[in-house]
Order: sequence, then structure tokens, then C-alpha cells
Amino acid sequence: MGSIKDKVAIIGMGCSRFGERWDKGLEDLCIESAYEAYEDAGIGPKDIEACWVGTLTAPSGGIGATAVAQALKLKNIPIIRNENWCTSGHVALLEASMAVASGAYDVVMAIGVEKLKDTGFPGLGTGRGMSPVLEARRTAPGSFGLIAKRYFKTYGLSDADGKETMAKIVVKSHANGSLSPRAHFRNKVTLEQVINAPYIAWPLGLFDCCGNSDGSACAIITRADLAKKFRTDPIYLKGFGMSMDSGLPHLRPDFDWINFEALMTSSRKAYEMAGISNPREEIDIAEVHDCFSITELAIYENFGFSPRGKAKEDIDAGFFTLQGGLPVNTDGGLKCFGHPVGASGLRMTYEVYKQLQQKVDVPERQVKNARRGLSHTFGGPPQMSCVAIFGNEKG
Amino acid sequence: MDVGLISYGAYVPTYRLDRKVIAAAWARNPISGERTVANNDEDSITMAVEATRNCLRNATVPGSNIDGLYFASTTAPYAEKMSAVLISTALDMRRDIATADFAQSLRAGSGALRMALDTVRSGSAKKMLVAATDCRLGYPKSDQEQDFGDGSAALLVGSGKENLIATYEGGFSLSNEMMDVWRNPEDRYVKTWENRFIITEGYARLLEQAVSGLMKQCNLKKEDVRKIILPSPDSRSYRQVAQKLGFDLKTQVQDPLMQNVGFCGTAQPLLLLSSALEEANPGDLILVASYGDGADAMLFKATDKVSVRGQVSSIKKMLDDKIMITSYSRFLSYKGILEALPGEPFKLFPSASVTWREQNSIFRLHGSRCKSCGSVIYPVQRICEQCYSKDNYEEVRLAELKGNVFTFTRDSLAGRSDDPIICQTIVELENGMRFYGLMTDCELEKVDVGMPVELVFRRIYEGAGFHNYFWKCRPSKKGE
Repeated sequence: MGSIKDKVAIIGMGCSRFGERWDKGLEDLCIESAYEAYEDAGIGPKDIEACWVGTLTAPSGGIGATAVAQALKLKNIPIIRNENWCTSGHVALLEASMAVASGAYDVVMAIGVEKLKDTGFPGLGTGRGMSPVLEARRTAPGSFGLIAKRYFKTYGLSDADGKETMAKIVVKSHANGSLSPRAHFRNKVTLEQVINAPYIAWPLGLFDCCGNSDGSACAIITRADLAKKFRTDPIYLKGFGMSMDSGLPHLRPDFDWINFEALMTSSRKAYEMAGISNPREEIDIAEVHDCFSITELAIYENFGFSPRGKAKEDIDAGFFTLQGGLPVNTDGGLKCFGHPVGASGLRMTYEVYKQLQQKVDVPERQVKNARRGLSHTFGGPPQMSCVAIFGNEKG
Repeated sequence: MDVGLISYGAYVPTYRLDRKVIAAAWARNPISGERTVANNDEDSITMAVEATRNCLRNATVPGSNIDGLYFASTTAPYAEKMSAVLISTALDMRRDIATADFAQSLRAGSGALRMALDTVRSGSAKKMLVAATDCRLGYPKSDQEQDFGDGSAALLVGSGKENLIATYEGGFSLSNEMMDVWRNPEDRYVKTWENRFIITEGYARLLEQAVSGLMKQCNLKKEDVRKIILPSPDSRSYRQVAQKLGFDLKTQVQDPLMQNVGFCGTAQPLLLLSSALEEANPGDLILVASYGDGADAMLFKATDKVSVRGQVSSIKKMLDDKIMITSYSRFLSYKGILEALPGEPFKLFPSASVTWREQNSIFRLHGSRCKSCGSVIYPVQRICEQCYSKDNYEEVRLAELKGNVFTFTRDSLAGRSDDPIICQTIVELENGMRFYGLMTDCELEKVDVGMPVELVFRRIYEGAGFHNYFWKCRPSKKGE
């Protein structure tokens, strides 16, 4: 397989405030993130040569990418929309990167946006997957709740121990989120609050689940050799991995509901391209797909941050906190930002970008000397995973 | 040629309601006992699938061996569309079979049984399945609301004394025009004329005449009859018929199951016949009567085979295996009388053409086994997940496989107000295949990894103007 390590760089990013943005529409959210990104890169709309859009629900029904074109008045350039569940934002970012690496364009935009709060219901809706009958009553919390009980069983955790371990992840993320001005939820929570909250999909309680929010995030990408013309501190793409499992991992006779091939494959490919052999040591900050607390826990192990079955020890030791060996979801993650599906991958990348530039808006959240950062989304029932690794210098 | 019954199977829903709960809601005196209540994912079709599967299990005959299915109900899910066809598909029966629905009368069940016996006797089929189900509604506060139950029963009809648990000895029918019990097309609840009129001039008179007619035809004395089955619309009326005919209530009259099931309409004669066969000894004469727009009476004689009957799914065990519903509002919402808060909208819309195309996976519950590498998967896949061989598979039916819970979650988001928490379950089946579906008829707090489960055919949801059926798992019935 080829590599585009150090061939493209992000020179500007924007991220809207996330939350229940009742008074803002899809177009407003796009404008919020795109104009911050223009300003950050020192460019304007006429400099964009092509645009990739990630969105799941943005006015569905065959309108392609016109919502974004309309919002930003991007005219007579290619605008490509993709929908890959929760990874849509990452797919937009990585496809834009590959287009730049190919030499076809010099300056492009990747934008993710979702206006979930116009749908009239609080969740993502029931019915996931492909079959209207076979998968009729499936929900996101239900799909991920299945992982939790299997994890507890496999590693001999009592339900109470498992619940507490997940809760510690939540407490950590909310502590980080309290330092994130753009987050939807900025409250700290206690272990007792998390454990005693009502169940959504047992053993997942209210605080184990991320919220549903509106939001948008945007990146301006150029060739690495042009990047310093725009700014002194561009962030380079070091490696990526994208992996779509077939629609049926959960039906394979040997699928254990703990090891996800999509997670393992996408992270391995990203590490290989980035030249990382020990992610636990070599990655300084990670934004991973914490749609549910159990997802974050499974990712620790699938990504090699923790040995198999040992995530609990690392969680108990505070390894993933801001002060720990590998801070994860430093901005509060999906847990605090909510999950406007197509926007999330780019929102996570925004945090990594700012961390690697040492320009995080609230200093207490800044990870000192962060050089390598990872952002990741995991979507579907679940089976699609995207990993991107960034660095603040070439090599 | 001897024709008769090869096996029986019954089904009563797991949920029961103490009649006191209904009575309390209306500040009236309760009728004693409890009634069965179909779950909100059950209807006359799904209950018939349960009963016929029990019948085939008891007979150890696969569905593919049956030449036809007659289905009787006054509560079929469709006014126009044959239910027997969907039931036969869920049973994985062949397509070159005879199917028919019998409807609109409480005598439809016994009528279907007589027709099946005649079909086999005529030689046009070797084995016929008969199923009858009802889940009728009495008006809120009415006696019927308490008296009625939901249930289904099935009988496998065949020939050759060596195959039969009971031979058919004769039948007698009367028709009688009167407005006693009816429903207009737009009616949800059963309508009746004054009770004294309909019992005296209808139910009691017709049953007496039909039973007497049959006994005369077969030269029977009342002491020859081991058990007489008198389905009863309430817990009293059958007594006066039995007494008038001179049968001993304690020893000769089959328990009408009014204390623990209720009156299951057109299914009741078949349900009580199944119950009688379960207790019968070789040589016993069983007289089954049925009332509705006239009356049928049929005589069966138990053979030596009756004592070696399968009893894989016994009615006694089924009656003991229950979950009590504790609220009247839950009962009303299960019955669709109280509309449930719709909950989150379904994002996937059913399509008649998709369901038709995928019916082997959806209704027959077929997965595929790769002929090259032997790996199995559900649903049917054209390309093997393991070895990539294309279009080289055989279909495997999962429905009869037992399994264990591999993992689960109690999902509050998928639920609606009539069923607030839904158990999403991954099942590991005995051949290693996985089933990902919902668990039904369960006590949520008792669900755990490793718990034995079986697969059942249920109504999944409404959409596109039709009912959508699929399989779920449920805790294995006790003693199986």
C-alpha cells in the first residue's frame, strides 16, 4: 500500500459551537465553521478549489451537496458529499487529503455538518442497518450496549465493576468538557451521578451515552510543500486508515463483540503509514469515538493503548486523563460535544490540530508538548472505522 | 380407511391477567380465575405458528412433509389476504400444498377440522395441518372482557391406524340462523343479544341437539363417552348442557379452561381436544362439540399411540409457564385499545417487494451454509464471508435450533409506552450460527448471558400499510 505521509497539511480549521442550536439552521452552522477556518488559514471562499462534505441527515432526499454550496456560495467547483455513518466527517477529510496529494488541487475544504435537532426526536431514530424488517427496532445505544455485557463477561467484571469502570471514563470526559467553551455539555459529573442515572440501554445509563447535538467543523487542506506559505504552524497528515467491515460482523459465528476488525485494521494501517510502532508511547493525544463509554473502553484495547483486558487498570490509574500518559478526548469528546454525526470527525480533528499547535483556547486543557495526535470515528451497527494521525512537523 | 389425528399442539400466550385486575378497574365483581393475554407482538397468525410448531414437534414430522394447512380464525390480521399461506411459510412448508382460511364463525375451527379429515379421507392429501386461533375483544367492562382468552391449537390430520393417536369415528352438524354473537365489519368488540336468549335458544339448545344427534348416529350411550368437550363462552353455561345431556360434570366433562385460559373463540374446541388427548388413555372415546351459528359434534377414539405421544410441548406445562400482567392499562395497550406513544420513528421503511424477495430469510428464517468451506451465516448470503465462493451455498433453517444468549442489552430507547424496555439479544445457536434480534415474553431482570432461548415468529411492526413479521427469541419454555 502507498503512503501520503507528510504530503498534505491542514492550514486552517473552524468549529461551531455544539449544542441545541434551535435558532440556527444547517447553513448557519456551515458558515460558522467555514468562516473560522478561512480566517485561520488566511484565505477566502474564492480560494477553495474543491470541497468534500460529510453528513448523514442533512436534508436527505437527493439534494446532494447543494446545501453546503448554497450556504457558502461555493460555485462551479466540485463538491462531493459522502455518508458513512459516524465516520462521514473523517471520510470527507481523508478524501480531500488524497485529492490534494494526487496533485489535482492545491487548496480544498473538508466540512462536516449535522442539524440533528430539526428531526423532532431526541435520538438517532430506531432502525439501523440495511433491512427494514430484520433490523427494525435497533437503536444506537442498543447496538453498543451489547458490547458492554460481553466485555464484562469475557474479563470477569461484575456488572457493578463494569459499570463503575465505564463511569470513570465519563467522569474524565466531563472534567475535560468543563474546560471546552464550544461543548454542548460543560458540567462536571460525579461517579455516583453517572452510576445512578437512568438506564438508556442497560448497562449503559444516561451519562454513558453521548448527546444529540447540532454542529459543524471544517478544515482547509493544502499540499505540504505549500503549507508554510499560509502559516508557520501547519499540521501534517502522518497516516490514516479506513476500514469498512461487511454488514455482518455481529452474525459471524466467531465474532466476540470485543475485538472489532474495523478498529484493528484502521488503526494498524494508520500506525504503519505514520511510522508508529508503540501507540501507547508515541501518541500524545487522542480523540476517539466515544459515542458510548463502552465504545471508548473497547477502543483503548483495539487500538493498542491498553493491553487486552487491561483497560480497567489504565482507567483506574488515570492514564487517559489530561494529566495521564495518553490523554484521550481532551475536549470532552462526543460525550460533551454530542454527536452531530457528519461533523464529529472534523470536530475531533479540530481539537487535535489546536493541541498540536499548542493553541487550545483554555490553557488548562492544553497537553504540553503534544507532537503526535490521533482522531478517530467509528460508525454503523458498528463496522466502519476511520483513523487519522497528525504531527506538528514533517518527518 | 382410518383417518384421524397424528398429533396435537396448543399455544397459550405467556402473559396472563388476573380477572380481579379488570374488575377493579371498573369497580365491579370479578369473575374468578385468570385469562391469557397475547403479547403486543402476537396475533392470530403468530399464535397459530406457535401451535402448529408444537404440533409438528409432538409428531416429530417436519413441515416439509405436510400437504396442506387449513387455518381458522375470526380475528385474522387481514380482512383480505390468506393467513394460512404466511403460517405455512413460517413453518417452512412446501409451496405445492393446499391452503385455505376458515373465518367469521366460532365454528370455523371445528369446520376446518372436519374439512381436513374429509380431505385426507378423499385421498387428495396424506397429511393436513389444521390450526385455529382467536384473540377476540369484549367491550371494556363487559363480562366478555374477562371471559375471553387468547390462544391457538393445531391438529395434524392423517390416515392409517398405525400413525394415529386418535381415529375419527364420526361427525354431526347443525346449522342455525340467529343473531346471537356477531361483529360488523367496522366493529372492534364482539356484539351480543340478551344473554338468556342466546344461551337458552342458541348455545345450550344447539349443543344438546348436535351431541344427541351424534350419539344416536354412532349408537353411543353416555357412559361410553370418556370425555365430552363443551367449549363455554363463560364459566357456567357448559354445565347446564352437560347436566341436561346427563354427563357427569366431575368425571366426564373436559375442563373448559375458563379458570386459567378463558374462552378462545374458534380455537377453543381444538384447544380442549388437545388438552383431552394429552390426558387420554387408549380406547377412550372423546366427543368434541363446537358452537357457533349452529353446532358441530365429532367423535374420536384414542389409539394405543396416544400414550406414547410426544408431549414435547405439553399444555399443562404451558399453563404453568406464565408472566402475570399487573395493570389494566398494560392489557389495554397490548390489545391496541390504548394507543401507545409512538416513540422514535423508524428510519427504515418496509417494502412489499423487499420482503417478498427476502422471504426465505425473513419468514422461513433461512441462513446459508457454504458448500465449499462449510461456514454458516444468517441471513442468506450469495458470497461466502470466509472463502468468497459465489452462489455456492445451501439454505439452512434456523428456526428449530435452540440457542443461548451470547450478549444482550435492555434497550429503553427502542421501546414504546406499551413495551418500554426491549431486550436486544445476540443468540448463539447450537450449530454456531448467530441470531441478532429482540427477546420477547421475558422477565427483563432474569435475562443473562448463557440463558437458553428458542426462536419464535412474531409481529415486528406496522409500516407501509401492512403487518411486518419476523422472528424473535424468547426464554426456552420450561421442561424443554
